[in-house]
Amino acid sequence: MKDERIRRVLETHGRLPIPASALPNDANLYSAGMTSHASVNVMLALEEEFDVEFPDELLTRSAFESIDAIAGSLTTLGID
Amino acid sequence: MALTLITRLRRFRSVGVGVDLVEVADVAAALASCRAARYLELIYTSGERRDCETLTGDFDPARLAARFAAKEATWKALGDRAMKLDWHSVEVVRSPGGELSLRLDSRAKEVARSRGLRRFAVSVSHEPFYAAAVVVATA
Repeated sequence: MKDERIRRVLETHGRLPIPASALPNDANLYSAGMTSHASVNVMLALEEEFDVEFPDELLTRSAFESIDAIAGSLTTLGID
Repeated sequence: MALTLITRLRRFRSVGVGVDLVEVADVAAALASCRAARYLELIYTSGERRDCETLTGDFDPARLAARFAAKEATWKALGDRAMKLDWHSVEVVRSPGGELSLRLDSRAKEVARSRGLRRFAVSVSHEPFYAAAVVVATA
């Protein structure tokens, strides 16, 4: 469920050249074509989608480099 | 003599270069969104925000895009370890005369030192549609 919500956010804000549904969970999103600025839009949209605020230590590119990494970041914020 | 040569070669080896291109429209869209305040706070330092304010009190998306590109270009110059740095770890500082330079926080400096990099030069350019930045880092 969480992964699907992440994929929906990526689909809308990630500006990926391929559908987010086609990406494996461990695929590197930057290698898949997500720009740094798009990753910021993804981060902001995730905050809205999950009603959370990412703390400074999670505001790094590595925290948003894959669906797994994003899910892990959300888990640390108590989102299961 | 040999020692001097080795030192010079080592210095030559410690070079990092990064370049980045940002669409100004992407920044303008973020500024027009309901999350604009959060976007500005997350990405840009208070000094950067001040430097990008227009006379009417709005933010110039092209200048912000140039700073975004400069941060990204710096990370590229620093290599993979920069993936764990946040957006405020690199600040673009504008002198009264308009010259831009980079200020790295302690974490970014640590990453730079691990690669033997201490000095940074930045150049940015922006047009209505795109902003670009180049960063050169040396020992």
